Amino acid sequence: MTGDTGRIGGEHADLLDDLLAGKHRALARVITKIENRDPGYRDLVSALHDHTGSSEVVGITGSPGAGKSTLVDKVANYYRERGETVGVIAVDPSSPFTGGAVLGDRIRMASNVGDMDVFFRSMSARGTLGGLSTATTDAVKALDAFGKDKILIETVGAGQNEIDVVKTADTVAVLVPPESGDNVQMLKAGILEIGDVFVVNKADLDGADRTVQELREMLHMRDDRAATLSTGHHGASRSQGGSEDSEDGDDERERWDPRIVETVAKDGDGVPEFVETLADHRAYLERSGRLEAKARTRYAEEIRNLLRDDVGELLEDEIERRGGMAELVAGVMARETDPYSVADEVIDPLEGCLDDS
Amino acid sequence: MSADSDQQSIRCLVAKVGLDGHDRGAHVIARAFRDAGFEVIYSGLHNAPDEIVQAAVQEDVNVLGISILSGAHNTLVPKVIEGLKEYDAFEDTLILVGGVVPDDDKAELKEMGVAEVFGPGTPMEETIEFVRENAPRR
Repeated sequence: MTGDTGRIGGEHADLLDDLLAGKHRALARVITKIENRDPGYRDLVSALHDHTGSSEVVGITGSPGAGKSTLVDKVANYYRERGETVGVIAVDPSSPFTGGAVLGDRIRMASNVGDMDVFFRSMSARGTLGGLSTATTDAVKALDAFGKDKILIETVGAGQNEIDVVKTADTVAVLVPPESGDNVQMLKAGILEIGDVFVVNKADLDGADRTVQELREMLHMRDDRAATLSTGHHGASRSQGGSEDSEDGDDERERWDPRIVETVAKDGDGVPEFVETLADHRAYLERSGRLEAKARTRYAEEIRNLLRDDVGELLEDEIERRGGMAELVAGVMARETDPYSVADEVIDPLEGCLDDS
Repeated sequence: MSADSDQQSIRCLVAKVGLDGHDRGAHVIARAFRDAGFEVIYSGLHNAPDEIVQAAVQEDVNVLGISILSGAHNTLVPKVIEGLKEYDAFEDTLILVGGVVPDDDKAELKEMGVAEVFGPGTPMEETIEFVRENAPRR
């Protein structure tokens, strides 16, 4: 522990020690620093890494009103009754105009009121593209290092940003409300492809059976189409977004067929079955070596994201040195040069350095 | 765009304590705060003091706004403050109370550590300005 803290400054070192010692306030503050991209947060997060790797991470997504928060509440409570500790990250959209947000997922956490061993944190997308998934990944690390047994990430399945967020999870559950015409919407959003477990919530409503039926057909189609596309490579048939499947060709042995579970989250019906299905998927991941493959893909992606940010920053500085973006654009407007040539010129010194090394 | 650029945002918990069911004021505040660019965590009706403490600590809010219309502020607010102290969260959380509070009680609440009490008819801009000026930085 002292080895880690040697690298970082006094305030952050204390914070890290407090987090590892189980202080809730420190955990909360670390996540704030991650969200704020506080100076020095990177050293803090890199010091966390060594203490991570023991939590099970589940992503829960679905359309607004599908019952995600209510289900998360019940699942968290179920884990708590078994004596496990839980971390929850609830992601809500923010206003693109003011940056403000109303984060209301806490209202549904009625089963865990006053239980500090359910650490619930609301997050909103702030500013930069891709920033949300970076912040979520780092917040998961904080909860993991804190020692949470289970981590639940809850997000509206609305766009690429959110899909990137749930990809932080080992297991992804997609909630589908009954008879909502939402089924077709989900197909469009590409949500169907990322689910390991599908939950038809509000299963007591009319139309639930039909939704289960439709979902079964759609999943069947997804399997068939993927199978033909991948010319016999079974791994791709439950593609999680592509890249990680290409990295392990050895999962011919066993495949995971997405499961469908029916729940009535508000009454807790179906919650034990849902939790059991999550555990089945987890066991499958471990058995098949997919858990490790996923982790590899995730780290690779994380490194790439960080590098993209860093290089972008270096290049912003270089643009400034060359008189600023307005200056460069003026040349393009005057037909003295063109965007490609400008890009080549700006990146040239960087390229030169890398070639020399 | 840069990876280290500070993206600090003011986080506020808007909480309703006590048994009354009048949450319109809390809703109006939550929306106004959002429109001012704050991140608002809204925790719904009938929060118990320990629930508010849990939320304020975990969410690491800069501002805690408690809406009380039942007249029970003298019993509920001290419990919240006590809880925050227990988790070392009292010092750097700006505590505001909204609702109908007699002047004598107002002084007492401020004595306890409440930064300001906003009564009925307070212009929204005044509350937002107060938050902007006084919210502790992280």
